[in-house]
Order: sequence, then C-alpha cells, then structure tokens
Amino acid sequence: MWLTSKLKQVLMVLKPGVVTLKYPFEPHPVAKDFRGQPSWDHHKCIGCGGCAAHCPARTIYIRDVCQDLRVMLYDGAHCMYCGRCADVCPENAITMSENFELATNDRNDITVNMELFMLTCQRCGRCYNMETTNMIDKMGLRGFRYDNLETRAVIQKATEHFDEKMIEESDRHKRPQK
Amino acid sequence: MLAKLCKKAFPKSLWVYHCNSGACNGCDIEILNVLTPYYDIERFGMKLVASPRHADVMLVSGAVTRPTLPLVKKAYDAIPEPKLVFGIGSCASGGGSWYDSYHVTGGADKAVPVNYIIPGCPPKPEAIIYGVALALGLVDKKSAPVELKQVEFPVDMYLKNKAWEDRNVIYQVMNN
Repeated sequence: MWLTSKLKQVLMVLKPGVVTLKYPFEPHPVAKDFRGQPSWDHHKCIGCGGCAAHCPARTIYIRDVCQDLRVMLYDGAHCMYCGRCADVCPENAITMSENFELATNDRNDITVNMELFMLTCQRCGRCYNMETTNMIDKMGLRGFRYDNLETRAVIQKATEHFDEKMIEESDRHKRPQK
Repeated sequence: MLAKLCKKAFPKSLWVYHCNSGACNGCDIEILNVLTPYYDIERFGMKLVASPRHADVMLVSGAVTRPTLPLVKKAYDAIPEPKLVFGIGSCASGGGSWYDSYHVTGGADKAVPVNYIIPGCPPKPEAIIYGVALALGLVDKKSAPVELKQVEFPVDMYLKNKAWEDRNVIYQVMNN
C-alpha cells in the first residue's frame, strides 16, 4: 500500500514539472503597468519643478546655478517608484520605464542629472509666477531654488528673484547634528 | 574588479543573515519570497542563517533608525571576515523618504559599509536575485549615471555679464 501511495506522490510531483524561474540566465518580462526606473525626456521638460514639489521621498533636487540655468538631479537610491512625478508632469516628460535591474555597488549609478535652459518672461521680467492664492500654493516652493546637490539636501526656501547669497549659503549647508 | 575579488573571496556558498533595522516588513517579505521554490535562490548556494556568526553576507533592510543603530553595528562586527553587506530596498540604500529626518541615520551606508544596494520599494524578487547574481559575477551591471543637457550652455557668458556690470558701476556713482 505504501508503495502505491508513494508512486502517486511521485506522479503528482511530476505533473507540474519545474516551476523555478531561470531568471538571471533568461530574461523575465515584468507585469503590465509595472513602475520601474523613471526616465526623463529633457527636450520636453519645461523645468517647472512639479515633480520635485510632489515627490514624497524628495528625490528630485533643483538648483538654480544662475538666472537661466537650472540643474535637476534625480537620486534613485531613495526613490520609492510611486510614479507620482510621471502623473503630475504637465508635459509628460517623465515615463516610468520597465527597468528594475538597478542593483549597483555605487550610489551614483542610478542618478539622472539634467541641465535645463530657463527663459525669463519678456513682459514681466520674472521667471516664475509667484502670485499665491492659498497656503497649498505657497508650499509648492515655486521660484528659484537652491538645493545642495553634493550633500543631497533639500532647502525649503524659494525666492522670487535670483539670490547669490542663498546659493553661497546652500553650498555650506550641513545636516543638523546633535 | 570587485566582482572578481568577490569570486575569489567567496568561492563557495554564501550564507545570508537578514538584519531588519526598522523596515516596514515589505522588503523582509520579498527576501523570504526569494527563498521560496519559485525564485529558488538556493541554486546559488544561498541559505538563510539565524546568527550573524554563521553568515558571510548581511542583508540590511530598513532605514537604520536611532534605536537600532548600535545593534546593526554589533551584528556587523559579529560577522567573520570577509563579509559583504547588501542594502535591500530604498530605505537601506538611501534612507527612503526619511533620509533627512531626525530619527534615522539615513540609510545603511551611514551605519555600516555597504557593498551593494538594491533600490525598490520593495524591490522585486527578480531585482534581489539580480543583485545577488551581480555580486557573484554572473551578470553585468546595467545601470550608469545619466547626464542630460538641453543646450550646450555658455557659462562664460555670465561671467562676462558680471564683468560688464562691474564696469558700469561708475555710471551709478555718477548718478548718485
């Protein structure tokens, strides 16, 4: 009796075959609507900074080097791949790619550094519309921003006109310590 | 080069110690998922062990919080040399969305030296297998830093403008 039951077991095990994925040797397609590494299209980007304002992990840093040049840095090491930047982008410049093979030995391998050319309004002479109507608009950090890209620190201050003092202060920014 | 060194240093099976340093359990579930028959990581000789003294590799998940910081350091010291540290998940690799908060140290790399990071929230089991295979030298590294530029921008122009303004100071003085 035990032999027949064992044979039955062997047949049951043989039926499904090998289920283990041969993943690192054969590619494995991802599921539909999978959110992998976001990719930027720098020709579409207008540099509004909406992605940086809406990012829950504050992965996107914005630094205005001068009046017309804006540097945006995406640090993938602490990105949660929520896809909110792609949702909020008005020009659809950000798309969530299917790339999930992001393991590295260097943190800087998963960064995107983007230099954007910003035009000033010919009529009002300003770069940004700073007319705030409510507190939520004020929290959006519009205007010139001075995040520190070396220490990867967000500086929660934006100014209407380009301020050289702010950019010098942000160079010396350090994480508050006890 | 590090992959070659790893091949020499770890010629046989790697035993893995899983260290949760304040993670939300998402990454821990994925790590356990990697050990199941579907993603069977034991074909590379990996095995989960309970004590850091038996382990070669430490998998850190979670942004290292302030209470767990000394414990993570102790566990790291208990692993015999040579050792590898994997930061699994966005929290361990860079601090997650709490990287600049007061109660976390901001990623595993602030507490212990991290050799490989696997970002994702949580990372796919395939991504963890990819990271492991990368450490073993079975696959090539696919990610590289990206630099995008809209226009080649003449920064010198601004310095010139500044010099021009400095020269025009005389007119302001005259007006005053």
